[in-house]
Amino acid sequence: MSKRTGVYVCEGCGIGECVNVASLVELAAGEPGVVVTRTSKAFCLEDSARIAEDIGAESLDAVVVAACSPRVNRQVFDHRPTMVRRVNLREHVAWSHAPQEEATEELAADLLRMGIAAARHMRPPVANIQDCERSVLVVGAGPAGLSAALSAAEGGFAVTLVEREAQAGGFPRRLARTYPTRRPFDLGDVDVDGLVGRAVDHPGVTLLTSTHVTAVEGQPGRFTATLQGPGGESRVEAGAVIMATGFEPVATTHFADYGLGVLPDVVSSLDMEDLCRAGALRRPSDGEPVRRVAILACDGPRDSANLPYSGAVTSMTALKQAMLVRERDPESQVYIVYEDMQTPGRDELYYRHVQEDHGVFFVRGNVRSVIAGNGAGGLVVTAENSVLARDVSLEVDLVVVTVGMVPRSALPESGEAMPLRYLQGTAMPTGKAGFADSNFLCFPYETRRTGIYAAGCVHRSQDIAQSRRDGAAAALKAIQVVEKASAGEAVHPRVGELGFPQFFMQKCTACGRCTQECPFGALELDSQRHPVINPNRCRRCGICMGACPVQVISFPDYSVDQLSAMGKVVSLPEDDEERMRILVLACENDAYPALDMVGINRLRTPATLRVVPVRCLGSVNSVVVNDAVQRGFDGVALLGCRSGDDYQCHFIQGSQLLGTRMENVRETLGRLALEPERVQVLETSIVDARRLPGVLEAFAEEIRALGPNPMKGF
Amino acid sequence: MSTVSEAGQDAILVIGGGIAGITAALEAAEAGMSVYLVERNPNLGGRVAQLARYFPKLCPPSCGLEINYQRLRDNRAVRVFTTSEVESITGGPGAYTATVRVGPRYVTDRCTMCNACAEVCPVDRPSAFDYGMTTTRTAYLPLENPYPARYAIDPATCLFDECAKCVEACQYGAIDLHMQPQTVELRAGAVIVATGWRPYDARAITNLAFGHHPDVITNVMMERMAAETGPTGGRIVRPSDGEPVRSVAFIQCAGSRDRLHLGYCSSICCLASLKEASLVLERNPEAQVHVFYIDLRTPGTYEAFAQRVLSDGRVRAVKGKVADILTDPGSGQLVVVADDMVGGAMSRTPVDLVVLATGMAPSLGDGPPTGVDIDEEGFVVEGTDTEGILVAGCARAPVDVATTTVDATAAAMRAIALVRRTPVGA
Repeated sequence: MSKRTGVYVCEGCGIGECVNVASLVELAAGEPGVVVTRTSKAFCLEDSARIAEDIGAESLDAVVVAACSPRVNRQVFDHRPTMVRRVNLREHVAWSHAPQEEATEELAADLLRMGIAAARHMRPPVANIQDCERSVLVVGAGPAGLSAALSAAEGGFAVTLVEREAQAGGFPRRLARTYPTRRPFDLGDVDVDGLVGRAVDHPGVTLLTSTHVTAVEGQPGRFTATLQGPGGESRVEAGAVIMATGFEPVATTHFADYGLGVLPDVVSSLDMEDLCRAGALRRPSDGEPVRRVAILACDGPRDSANLPYSGAVTSMTALKQAMLVRERDPESQVYIVYEDMQTPGRDELYYRHVQEDHGVFFVRGNVRSVIAGNGAGGLVVTAENSVLARDVSLEVDLVVVTVGMVPRSALPESGEAMPLRYLQGTAMPTGKAGFADSNFLCFPYETRRTGIYAAGCVHRSQDIAQSRRDGAAAALKAIQVVEKASAGEAVHPRVGELGFPQFFMQKCTACGRCTQECPFGALELDSQRHPVINPNRCRRCGICMGACPVQVISFPDYSVDQLSAMGKVVSLPEDDEERMRILVLACENDAYPALDMVGINRLRTPATLRVVPVRCLGSVNSVVVNDAVQRGFDGVALLGCRSGDDYQCHFIQGSQLLGTRMENVRETLGRLALEPERVQVLETSIVDARRLPGVLEAFAEEIRALGPNPMKGF
Repeated sequence: MSTVSEAGQDAILVIGGGIAGITAALEAAEAGMSVYLVERNPNLGGRVAQLARYFPKLCPPSCGLEINYQRLRDNRAVRVFTTSEVESITGGPGAYTATVRVGPRYVTDRCTMCNACAEVCPVDRPSAFDYGMTTTRTAYLPLENPYPARYAIDPATCLFDECAKCVEACQYGAIDLHMQPQTVELRAGAVIVATGWRPYDARAITNLAFGHHPDVITNVMMERMAAETGPTGGRIVRPSDGEPVRSVAFIQCAGSRDRLHLGYCSSICCLASLKEASLVLERNPEAQVHVFYIDLRTPGTYEAFAQRVLSDGRVRAVKGKVADILTDPGSGQLVVVADDMVGGAMSRTPVDLVVLATGMAPSLGDGPPTGVDIDEEGFVVEGTDTEGILVAGCARAPVDVATTTVDATAAAMRAIALVRRTPVGA
């Protein structure tokens, strides 16, 4: 609880023309703990210095700046370690409400009281600073892992690179040739030994082959991995982990219809590389030379098992293998049977190059059958040809089936490649189709395990060049998380945040719910089944705080007490249908910015709303809503982002967890004989500024129709 | 606080403030580097800020941008220059000097976004942000979620001292109509080129009628129309008469995969059109959508998204090149004349609106700053790992946002590795 607070009420940007700033200042001066009050025409300009002066002269431990949105002027109003609480009188009052009206004055007064109450519940966070390992564990020494290892080492970090095979290099060792991306479009060779050498020769990199990981535990800055290698078991410490465990081809069984695994002269695209490396191309069945080849893209309606794992790389591979055949034998003929040629971007230029080869024929359509030929061996492929509008039969010596790349994280035994000793489970949480990917285009490395980053084909289907970029990028995230952990700071999205959850353990009932609901598995359990936080895993979202049925969890500057205190200082006029009061809990990532933009667009929202910013709707403990309703708020609206498969929540499941919170709220409403419609979740996106006024008016109207909350005044 | 390197050799210069540049700058800064971020426009955000949604999640770009802007606002290690351009780069890996022309914006950092200047400004100008589909005042807020949070003045239409009403109206002394461009020299150990793309000019594709009929628009214009912040507030209507669109034709590969225009594939247009088709059907549930394509490029996990859209009964996909866009002499309606590779005959499809999926041309195609090499197609040539001019995003190759953010993070790592490898004083 802070004892000496300064309150600064700005008159600029239309605030002074909208509300009576002098009475707001007077109001502030009367609040407990307020020792200094000031106004200015623009606190963001020259007068910002007055705040710093007051902090020193008046020994302030908290400052309330009632002015513009906390989303702007952040550096100007940064007075750490003194706590600063922003009250939004500009976007949320002056720019979105009728000036000089009583309802607007009441709104401003309530917001100011709420801000002052919030400031009383803010303590400066104490950074959790511990020694951190300036090292990275890279699991998998294929192109992505090698690139990650080299990058991290060049960035000044020690690297342990673990590879379960006897040799580093990964899948490229199996390649006969690589496809080109630049003119003159000749097939290339990948210098695997060179790739390996450059990484392994760096003094910062230690390569352990024939070694696999049996456990990973700990947290960013202090992970411990148990390894099993030729010399037995060992342990290695690391600040961050990069998972570059690669892919397996889509299982042979899915291509049985094309004869793979059935007819000897039907091979997979991987087998084709082996055949080409062996020298002259020969039929597996009888050793006869291969003259005619059919390459099947397997991208049609019956290839549903292959499709999520194939596309850009596999199409280019098909083109490359066609040219490989042609290169070996100018008399050869290659048919590529496909539905859509996936050669996006610059790869299109290679596609055009291959199309110009007279020995490559493109058959657009789906494969009907692959059967053994009559007489002297060979195969017959029957395919629909949509251009000719009839089927074609291709007599060939060899059929190549292009198989997709399944990330190892998608396989049933995925928990074994890199088992995590986390309460929430051993496997790396995965996204679509089992890839160890984040659900965010904008933030490709932000998975549910802080400090563990995926790169290469386990992350996304990609080729060698792209995997190397991916590995370098993952190395940067690894370096970052260690730098941040060294300072006790959080990573994405609350970058730089110092506070982390504290537990009033005496009241803990050992229900374990916080450990289950934490999206990042930051909480483990001790021998008494009490939660133990791993601070460097924590993203500071507060979902644990929202989960706790006995409210023992809080942050130094964000707590259930604080949110409830803010609700308590809102004045609730009794018996007045026109002056109803609606509490709005607005998620800071989407809803709060949208509300700001309502103001930037000079649109209006009902003056009956009282907005409280929250880190995530999942962090809202049901007791906050229950308290509000029991005190007499006529309605409560929870504004947050979309949940479901295409979720938006940057804390993964905040808005989804709201479902469980709301169960508790509905129960309370039932007990108080209040209508369930008084509390609603209104899904809000950051682009909803134009839609929100209508949505909020409609909600206010619904509440008005229900009549005032009879609990007021009790 | 984490340590921040001294500027100079430990600094990284990022050219371009779109999603690639912003990502590279932030990722490098949060790993301890000093960063200069130089952007030509008065605002950050680049082309993605002009999109309505991303595929495949149909999520709004401003969501990720918002998080990035907060990271930028809280990070003292990134110094952002808007309305600025890099003119030349000299030096070598570990020690580059970039000459940058800064401004003039005519609005200083005293601006509070109060809107007083726009209220009195007498001159309208076409909005480049809305691809000319709307106008703003000459003193304007570049977009509703701006970084920096500041207005700008368009020198092309400003009357300067002949008017100066904005100067009078501004209570914060934030407008200086006599502001001069400045030249600054920035020293950096590595450079990341993230200059992005511009839409290929559809007027060059003569058989597709762009510029000859108001209801033939490009995909980037469709994004503005579908955007809540755009010229129609998100309503999908015919530009000619404002009527809700009942049928749309998406013409894929308009100007891409074509020797006469862009030889490469722009990689995102198939997915972008399917995304836009979803938005049309969301807003106009009675509408019909026709997609004319050559190959549908929806690799890997995008396939599931594509299937969802294509299996909608209101969507018809036709494989075949479009020969002409005509106007029916009787009804005045647009007619798409296309090859139909599967059906066999030529097809004629009357529609309310035609959307040309025009491609992405690299922004530097006309003239990179001295010191940056581009190839035949205008993309920046990626040097070897020891060279200090790195490239990320569409400046490197036509790619989607998912690839761009990986690119940018990788470029930041390579920049840091270069800087830390190079001995001080080299």
